[in-house]
Amino acid sequence: MKFGVIVFPGSNCDHDAYHVISKHVGQPVSFIWHRETDLTDYDALIIPGGFSYGDYLRAGALASFSPVMSSVKEFAARGGLVLGICNGFQILCESGLLPGALIRNRDLHFVCEHVRVRVENADTPFTNELKRGQVLSLPVAHAEGNYVCDDETLNELQTEDRIIFRYCDADGRVTSAANPNGARDHIAGICNRERNVVGLMPHPERACEDLLGSSDGRGLFHSLAATLAAAA
Amino acid sequence: MKAKVYVTLKPGVLDPQGKAIQNSVGLMGYGGIADVRQGKYFEIALDESLDTERARETAERMAREVLANPVIEDYRVEIEA
Repeated sequence: MKFGVIVFPGSNCDHDAYHVISKHVGQPVSFIWHRETDLTDYDALIIPGGFSYGDYLRAGALASFSPVMSSVKEFAARGGLVLGICNGFQILCESGLLPGALIRNRDLHFVCEHVRVRVENADTPFTNELKRGQVLSLPVAHAEGNYVCDDETLNELQTEDRIIFRYCDADGRVTSAANPNGARDHIAGICNRERNVVGLMPHPERACEDLLGSSDGRGLFHSLAATLAAAA
Repeated sequence: MKAKVYVTLKPGVLDPQGKAIQNSVGLMGYGGIADVRQGKYFEIALDESLDTERARETAERMAREVLANPVIEDYRVEIEA
């Protein structure tokens, strides 16, 4: 089982993701520079957070046109597992691997805090070690995390059970006050129809050590590893 | 030759920056401001060897594929000789 962490100019959560895979999942992991195109060695890819290309034009836009993303699209089409975190989620939306877009936060501010998200679907390769309804404490750090999509797309996401995480309060109640950015239907993370591509705004990789305030993020990476182990 | 590309948020997509500007100009005493929407404007210098039709095609494709995100944005292209 081999993990890859894609690195763009301006990525800044790449080392956090690498650390989690090597230390907590205990599996081989490599960095993949954005100009590389050969992804045949990998079983799962992480597109990390940061400010790829300085967020120029739109967050994630220029990264979505980089050489590695053409290969990521082929990798995803072959059923490879792709996890996009924060800027990685923005890149997956910009590249069309996930529907919708992430726009400026409702209150315009950069939000940097621990929030809670509720697991809405535990039947995916990324959440099978979690429980539906489980509340996770994860940090967010973004200015463009306000998920938007048209009514038709939202209806598809809802009926196909593709909303994976929603913002909630400590008791698991989904409320506007618990939604840090104004995301439509309180969406914190979604998956594609085939369930092998997931994007989320919160940072599970920054929540894998009790010292950092939460280790709730580990469940997501352990799910990924369990999925790959079962497939091997 | 120059292409001018205007990218604007689709109607109905929340524009918190436009709202903040509207609030500020309201506080400054500007009256009659019903709404403010913020957009982007690009000036693209095109090679003189392109004819107007090719220039328009190139700029339109660039606007559609790169400059605007069709999920949330509309665009308009003008060609200036």
